[in-house]
Amino acid sequence: MKTTQIENAGRRRFIIDTSVLGGGLMLGLGSVPMDALAQKNPAYNQNSIMNATDPEVNAWVNIKPDETVIIRFVRSEMGQGTRTGLAQLVAEELECDWKKVITESPTPGQSVARKRVWGEMGTFGSRGIRISEDYVRRGAAAARMMLMQAAANEWNVPVSELTVNKGVISHAKSGKKTTYGKVSEAAAKVTPPDPKSITLKDPRTWKVAGKPLSRIDTSDKVNGTKVYGVDLQLPGMLCAAVKACPVFGGKIVSYDESKVKNLRGVKGVVKVNDGTVAVVADTWWRAKTALEALPIVWDEGKGAGVSSKDIDQMMLNSLNETGDFALRKEGDALGTIQNAPKKMEAVYFTPYQAHATMEPMNATVRITADRAEAWVPTQTGEGSFAALSETAGLPLEKCELYKLDAGTGLGRRAAAQDFVRTATLIAKQFPGVPVKMMWSREEDMTHDFYHPLAVAKMSAGMDANGNITGMHIKVAGPSIRATLFPMALKDNKDVFQMQGLYAEPDDAQMGYSFPNLLTEYVMKNTHVPVGHWRGVNTNQNAIFLECFIDECAKAAGKDPLAYRQAMMQKFPKHLGVLNAAAKKANWDKPTPVGSHRGIAQFMGYGSYSACVAEVSVKGNIVHINRLVFALNSGHVVNPWLVKEQIEGSVVMALGAIFNQEILIENGRVKQTNFDSYAPLRLASVPKVESVLVPSYDFWGGVGEPTICVVGPAVVNAISKALGRPIRNFPLHKENLSLA
Amino acid sequence: MQITVNNQVHNIDVEPNMPLLWAIREIIGLTGTKYGCGIAQCGACTVYMNGEPVRSCSIPVSAVGSMKITTIEALSPDNTHPVQKAWIALDVPQCGYCQSGQVMAAAALLKRIPKPTDADIDNAMSNICRCGTYQKIRDGIHVASGQKKLADVLAQYEASPQTRG
Repeated sequence: MKTTQIENAGRRRFIIDTSVLGGGLMLGLGSVPMDALAQKNPAYNQNSIMNATDPEVNAWVNIKPDETVIIRFVRSEMGQGTRTGLAQLVAEELECDWKKVITESPTPGQSVARKRVWGEMGTFGSRGIRISEDYVRRGAAAARMMLMQAAANEWNVPVSELTVNKGVISHAKSGKKTTYGKVSEAAAKVTPPDPKSITLKDPRTWKVAGKPLSRIDTSDKVNGTKVYGVDLQLPGMLCAAVKACPVFGGKIVSYDESKVKNLRGVKGVVKVNDGTVAVVADTWWRAKTALEALPIVWDEGKGAGVSSKDIDQMMLNSLNETGDFALRKEGDALGTIQNAPKKMEAVYFTPYQAHATMEPMNATVRITADRAEAWVPTQTGEGSFAALSETAGLPLEKCELYKLDAGTGLGRRAAAQDFVRTATLIAKQFPGVPVKMMWSREEDMTHDFYHPLAVAKMSAGMDANGNITGMHIKVAGPSIRATLFPMALKDNKDVFQMQGLYAEPDDAQMGYSFPNLLTEYVMKNTHVPVGHWRGVNTNQNAIFLECFIDECAKAAGKDPLAYRQAMMQKFPKHLGVLNAAAKKANWDKPTPVGSHRGIAQFMGYGSYSACVAEVSVKGNIVHINRLVFALNSGHVVNPWLVKEQIEGSVVMALGAIFNQEILIENGRVKQTNFDSYAPLRLASVPKVESVLVPSYDFWGGVGEPTICVVGPAVVNAISKALGRPIRNFPLHKENLSLA
Repeated sequence: MQITVNNQVHNIDVEPNMPLLWAIREIIGLTGTKYGCGIAQCGACTVYMNGEPVRSCSIPVSAVGSMKITTIEALSPDNTHPVQKAWIALDVPQCGYCQSGQVMAAAALLKRIPKPTDADIDNAMSNICRCGTYQKIRDGIHVASGQKKLADVLAQYEASPQTRG
């Protein structure tokens, strides 16, 4: 049996028997209901427009006789701009005319049918570009070589005598010219080059990539014609509203269907699983209205006795325990601190956060006896595909998954595919009928996988000159992996909760040399599910480390920048962004009267970030006067889009740092909507200045790395202004609010 | 009941307490207007009633009467409203989900105050965006109102009309 593996919602590997797919190239093809996905923007297609019989140059590139260049894009687009960025990389190596580029997105079913020729589809962890850039660029370069070889064959000249510019192939000796569109069909028959033999362009010579080109998918976002998952309208479609037990883990005792089944439009009340009820109706509003009227008796379970004050206390108490494991034990940190002439200690607290994606969780599913189809805004096309197959009880070759661009992802639509499972369970009870399941904002906010609450006890010993001789970092809190990938965890050793404090380079290395270092993690799980939230564990770990470093600098009587620089000499890339941000922010010059600066640096997702904030504090109101970033992501595929990711990270971070927190009351989430969990609005957002300092020797992420430095830079500036440490988040606990 | 949306009269048979948003989306079938919260907090559902911006999730359809409703689909026939042009030129939208409401709110602001100050923008633009496009929204309003040249705004981000492609 030939097999391949795809991610199944992170739980386990889903083994696909590809041998049964032999000759299955037709699988799923031509079955995309285009009407439902009709777009008025001609430059991109959310799914596939190809037919199985269409010639293609290769998996990544097809060129039509009219010179249209179709680039295949299989990651998810949720606003981060990866569709445009990957298309730029392909166009760069292809040497085509950027103005002729459109994209299409093969489905997971189409990919599996071709033995996953397009590779993984997961779009999380800031990896959309950095994980695929190499094979995508090689695919494009191979296509260019095949197109040129086809022209060389036609003219019977050596390919080395040909040149290409914007899709026009020229033979200088004979003066002959042809175009990609004219040789595309012949190129499809050329033997592809060995991808490993291809020399890719030096990024410093890029002409299309590396430029701040406009997105290729903006125009239908400004006139209401872009189709999101919630906008699907399929023939005969019904709509479902869902209610899970308000207390996580609670179960249904009973519900009284008779009270709602005769309401207008209601088609049925569905028990989804032990803890979830749905109402299905002709419109979603009618389904939701009936669901609100449905009397449900819950067995709330033991979680009902738990509130935030219990959870907070448990976490703080756990800081007195020894860690489940030491991530790093270098020298004798505890002994050094104990014997140090000067000791520092601080306890920090950061709360749960909700994703609150702008578009609530949704999925549309249609199931017949031998076929399951789903339309899903997802960050993992293959994860959703596997969740559909498993829940529908149908093998992958009888399933298809149509990805839709998501109304933000923020990590919610990735590892946990609960929304696909729920929608599939509902649709199973309406065979043949497409059922669009959407969660209300309240359901979405109260049944999230929350950014984990975390606490830390930071301890340092300093010598007579104020230099740190020993550092002890003890972090405690719930583990994301324990919630989402319990089988992957051994002995509570969840190193991921220490993200950003690693010794190893590459992903999230701590950028300081401490002569003696101990980092520990105490895992304390609750009944509240936790998950990946933009920046994930770099968010709190950057606050713990970078705010504490500032407290130490102050105790040492040293400038926070110089204090850091002295400890960062072995980490030139960390130091590079720190210095770049300081320079742009004029750190060496005095601040305006009443204004105070703070600085922070951190590494995450393979990239290096630093931030300088300039604030003034009037009463309890914080004004952010200036916010400067430096980012080294190795390469920059589209600087405009990279800067937009930094600007977006600032908004999400400041909202979480100042206002937002998820609290638990009697087992359930207290915040239910944007009134009680209020994201930042325009009036509060400072202008962001970004400096991109790529070093061209690695590929780092972009979507998440900068979010974690916002908080510590701003808070360090506030601490400077107030002359006191700030350790409790969100900052309303410190009687502070953002202007 | 009768309801006039984008200059077209629709005879709809619905519950009087159905919010205007859902009549627009699910009965009339115009899905550009978005659901975000249902409690008039986020503004994704912004439409015009007799030219004034309102949050359609919190207005019962029976309260509309003879007032004329305008949705994002009818702001311009071909993306030529100055706000739409600025939004495209600056790539204001990221995911785009809230942008129907942002565009409608921005266009309403410019109708009321053709040359808004930053304080006017702060006051008028209370719609929520989870991608965090606010800085570009502000830039976009400055460009759409003619108070800043597009090239000058692009230059702030080390871009130019040429490098934007």
